[in-house]
Amino acid sequence: MADVIMPQMGESIFEGTITKWLKKPGDKIERDEPLFEISTDKVDAEIPSPSAGVLKEIKVNEGQTVPIQTVVAVIDADGAGASAGAPASAPAPAPAKTEAPAQASAPPRTEAPAKPAPSPAPSAPRAAAPSATPAPPRPNGQKIRSSPLVRRIARENNVDLSQIPGTGAGGRISKHDIRAAIEGGGASRSSSGLSAAGAAPARAASAPPPAAGGAAASAVLETAVPREKMYFGHYEVQPMSVMRQRIAEHMVLSKRVSPHVYSVDEVNVSGIAALRSKLKDKFEQSSGTKLTFMPFFVRAAVEGLRAFPTVNSSVDGTNIVLHKECNIGIAVALDWGLIVPVIKNAEEKNFLGIARALNDLAERARAKKLKPEEVAESTFSITNPGVFGGLFGLPVINQPNVAILGLGTIEKRPVVVDDAIAIRSMVYLTLSYDHRVVDGAVAHQFMGKVKHTLENWTESIL
Amino acid sequence: MAAITMLEGIRQAIFEEMDRDPAVVALGEDIGVYGGAFKVTEGLLARFGPERVIDAPISETAIVGAACGMGYLGLRPIVEMQFIDFIACCFNQVTNFAAKSHYRWGAPVPMVLRGPSGGGVHGGPFHSANPEMYFMHTPGLKIIYPSTAYDAKGLLKSAVRDNNPVLFFEHKYLYRRIKEEIPAEEYTVPIGKAAVRREGKDLTILSYAAMVHTSMEAAEMLAKEGIDAEVIDLRTLLPLDRDAILASVKKTNKLLIVHEDTRTGGIAGEIAALVCEAAFEDLDGPIARVTSLDTPVPYSPPLEERFLPNAEKVATAARDLAKY
Repeated sequence: MADVIMPQMGESIFEGTITKWLKKPGDKIERDEPLFEISTDKVDAEIPSPSAGVLKEIKVNEGQTVPIQTVVAVIDADGAGASAGAPASAPAPAPAKTEAPAQASAPPRTEAPAKPAPSPAPSAPRAAAPSATPAPPRPNGQKIRSSPLVRRIARENNVDLSQIPGTGAGGRISKHDIRAAIEGGGASRSSSGLSAAGAAPARAASAPPPAAGGAAASAVLETAVPREKMYFGHYEVQPMSVMRQRIAEHMVLSKRVSPHVYSVDEVNVSGIAALRSKLKDKFEQSSGTKLTFMPFFVRAAVEGLRAFPTVNSSVDGTNIVLHKECNIGIAVALDWGLIVPVIKNAEEKNFLGIARALNDLAERARAKKLKPEEVAESTFSITNPGVFGGLFGLPVINQPNVAILGLGTIEKRPVVVDDAIAIRSMVYLTLSYDHRVVDGAVAHQFMGKVKHTLENWTESIL
Repeated sequence: MAAITMLEGIRQAIFEEMDRDPAVVALGEDIGVYGGAFKVTEGLLARFGPERVIDAPISETAIVGAACGMGYLGLRPIVEMQFIDFIACCFNQVTNFAAKSHYRWGAPVPMVLRGPSGGGVHGGPFHSANPEMYFMHTPGLKIIYPSTAYDAKGLLKSAVRDNNPVLFFEHKYLYRRIKEEIPAEEYTVPIGKAAVRREGKDLTILSYAAMVHTSMEAAEMLAKEGIDAEVIDLRTLLPLDRDAILASVKKTNKLLIVHEDTRTGGIAGEIAALVCEAAFEDLDGPIARVTSLDTPVPYSPPLEERFLPNAEKVATAARDLAKY
């Protein structure tokens, strides 16, 4: 017998969701044969079987999220009694653990920030302004909405707002809600932390159509308008995949943390285009990999990063972490989302090495075969909206980078050359950068270096 | 006693005060022989003679300048602007001389500057002004903007007796539209005191002048929906009745301010700041406002209707606030 466990897919990853079982109990399986698919905060991946034998039991069903190291299945290594025993011992894996889904959908326990303790001694003159204290989240992770008046009444009556259901717009706790709770004895005293008997007065907060489950899932993802304003006419509600949620959270955080500034440059890539069309076939024959434009841009970006190291950094409080490696994240669009595999040590690779790495990572990203370490530790990123025809894009910085390069579509445009109008292959490059550490002067010098490298290409590509 | 219009209340106040005190004089464009553009001063010349009822040349600067001089010499002038819009012409006299004289030299200017104000009568951009906020920012002035015949009479009499320069705005939409029985005996209404026009518990609608009537109409609509609005008539804008405002906010915990003046820099902003400073922790919702749009008053009747607040707009804002 061999246990199959939920693997740890990256250092900071503590749980994973099983998205699909590729074998059924009773199926024979080879060692390293794909057994199930998982989705974690960082990566979606296929997990190979740790040993050969017969899949005896599935312990965690599709859609469930479990901590790492949890046993998710058992493989009978002899394979012997399996065919006979399996149907009897594990007849229906599905309804086995009914409590698990509930647990899985429960949002992560927020480490409760210190309650706005009512300070009975108003001696300290520095404004202890309790109303300025951010409202603690509800136990289910939702932000508590109230009003200055409600917070004052809560403070004066020593009431824990997280225990009071709100009936105002967007679930806001109104004056009436808190008065009703206090008069009805339903409000729990925040000092005791215990809910009084018969807690939470049953006040069916006129819930909008779908349960609040989706909205409650993420503290980072707030709704911009009251939820009930979203549901009208005909609609369908789709839960976000784990990957979608992580992308959404990451984008919100990046925009919140980094003051984005954008620069646009126009680059003449006629030389590169000519080189590529001349050597395309030869390159593929000799190297076995396709010649795209992307490695040119990666090489040029590396030149820029070496010349302007602050663009290749991260921000830690008041420290700037200057990375010595140029690890280039490449945004790869997937049918089910987006992932950013990383070309490690791009500064040490020649053109062919970068081209191979690019094609390999992109292929494996689409086949869900990336390893967790291959989507981590980028120091700079490149995204290519041009591949879908975008003239140029203003991308969001991929944290913890401080800049991201966006490639527009390459197309022939009339340009002025020596006071004549000529046709050239042109591309718009955009740089989104974090103005906390990268100033416009540096950003434009960096872009100048990238542009110069691309327009005066000298490196042999074969 | 028969019901009288607001215009008649104002007329009575002028007559009574000129009767009572020989120092009270009246001056303005066409107020004598013609009796005033709106006939507020009809009969005044015949009654008190050309020494005390002065037809002035068409120069608001000269009129207010003369009134300042009269004040220094012990008279109590009542100045009429033919339309209040023209007060802009004597802005310097009002803000730099009348408002500051007492502070600078101990020489008070006991002047009342009154005139027909406000929109809703298709008067267009030069005859519909609500100029209160140009002057709210000027220490040394008092500003009154009544909504009823009773108040107009009582407050004008108080204004004449006040030793400070008082701007007395008369909403011309109300001149002959509202009627009210008033006491036969003499009375005054104190400056600086708001009035509760309707008691309520769910939210406070704070207003003045013609918008008090709009707010009352909205409150009746809201009452049918179960929203109990309190309506407060400020009556005096400067000085604001801080106590009345805060008392009502502390009672209902929600405040909607309605004014006919345009939005940006309107009095709602000042009141909102006052309430946030003094009663932030009594608020159960954001302070809301319904005002005219930030444009000149349109001449076109449909455009003017769109421009001005009305009961429906007030009720909509109040519903949102009640729900908050």
